[in-house]
Amino acid sequence: MYNKGTIIPGLIIFVGLMLFAIFNNFGEKVEPPKPEKPVGYKECVKPLQYMKESHMELLNVWRDEVIREGKREQVAAGGAMYEKSLQNGCMHCHTSKKKFCDTCHEYASVYPYCWDCHVAPQENMALEEAK
Amino acid sequence: MRVLYPFIAVLALIVVAFLGGKVTGLQYLLGVVLPYLAFGVFIVGFVNRVLYWAKSPVPFRIPTTCGQEKSLPWINYDRLDCPSSKLEVAARMFLEIVLFRSLFRNTRAEIHDGPKLVYGSSKFLWLFALLFHYSFLIIVLRHLRLFTQPIPFFVPLLEFADGMLQIGAPRLYLTDSIFLLAIAFLFARRLALRHIRYISLPADYFPLVLIFAIGATGLLMRYVYRVDIAAVKQITAGLAAFSPTLPAGIHPIFFIHVTLVCALMVYFPFSKLMHMGGVFLSPTRNMSNNNRAVRHINPWNDPAIKPHSYAAYEDEFREFMKDAGIPVEKE
Repeated sequence: MYNKGTIIPGLIIFVGLMLFAIFNNFGEKVEPPKPEKPVGYKECVKPLQYMKESHMELLNVWRDEVIREGKREQVAAGGAMYEKSLQNGCMHCHTSKKKFCDTCHEYASVYPYCWDCHVAPQENMALEEAK
Repeated sequence: MRVLYPFIAVLALIVVAFLGGKVTGLQYLLGVVLPYLAFGVFIVGFVNRVLYWAKSPVPFRIPTTCGQEKSLPWINYDRLDCPSSKLEVAARMFLEIVLFRSLFRNTRAEIHDGPKLVYGSSKFLWLFALLFHYSFLIIVLRHLRLFTQPIPFFVPLLEFADGMLQIGAPRLYLTDSIFLLAIAFLFARRLALRHIRYISLPADYFPLVLIFAIGATGLLMRYVYRVDIAAVKQITAGLAAFSPTLPAGIHPIFFIHVTLVCALMVYFPFSKLMHMGGVFLSPTRNMSNNNRAVRHINPWNDPAIKPHSYAAYEDEFREFMKDAGIPVEKE
């Protein structure tokens, strides 16, 4: 074998980079996220699987309908009516950004720009009011 | 035919993965066993191929001179195109690997009326190759979010920069669109240019079709048939932590994407894609052109065979040469 001095270190660097994820995770336990379920509400505006996969699409559609087209009619779910709104609709039940939104978002490195405009409700405040 | 076979091969992979992705037992095979196998083949095959290349001696410098070689001190020489020191070679290699300098010098020959042969610069191959490779790199790095926990700091930064146009939700990544556009161009180039089509083989079309299919299934997974990303990360991060789990109810598109990526990893070490490692070992790029300054000795010369000068040869055969009427230098 020729040029050992450069080829062996080069290969070690290559394999090291390829195994980066394994070194990075070493000793860390990868737990699936457990978003906090709302207290006292059983049904969401859409089925669970849809919300897991496509809630961002729904929020995007709602934003366009409400802000651009002025369609503010309410949405029915489980016998109750909810506002088409992130702060007053979704977060009426899912009160905590930290314990609900952020659990999955941080797990999957998703940083939506909702909070560029919206203000997240103060933690526990809505829950206190509901009591 | 040469274009059709790669399409059929990729289509067959997609069909197999689609059917397998619907059966729970095969899901484990496609989502856990196959990625480990493919990754193993990729790493071992890659290292093996580089070591195989390293066994070939390259005793002599191969000067592909596009510039003046270093000779007398008062003649300016071209430091990049005809490097004489290691530093200059490193600069040439850096430009080659990072900016694809060879492709930048791609030319096009045309015959005009006269007849007159005209060479012109042709930068499109360079441009789209650059776009394609860097998009691919960023896409691979972005995928680290699915394999790492904690997620390294540069991944969210890349995602932010990549999605900064804020088109739709989830945000459209610039690299995704550039990637598909660039690979479509590279494919169209092989079909549209007569002389390139003539030298293109199934091994040239297959990786293009496969990589396009990987990009397309990735986009479909993100924008059309959505998958629950938290469930996907359970599989992928589980793979990286050697504790694979397989949550139920994942859409078959995920398994198609994974199977195609595995096919790419298995195919990689045995194909032209090895230029990823090969570019570092290009003999015409990674050696200095110092043939005039340094004597390079062939390492496989047999030391038992001594140099035999003409004078010694003549001493040995003088009589025979004289008999045959061959002129000799010394009588």
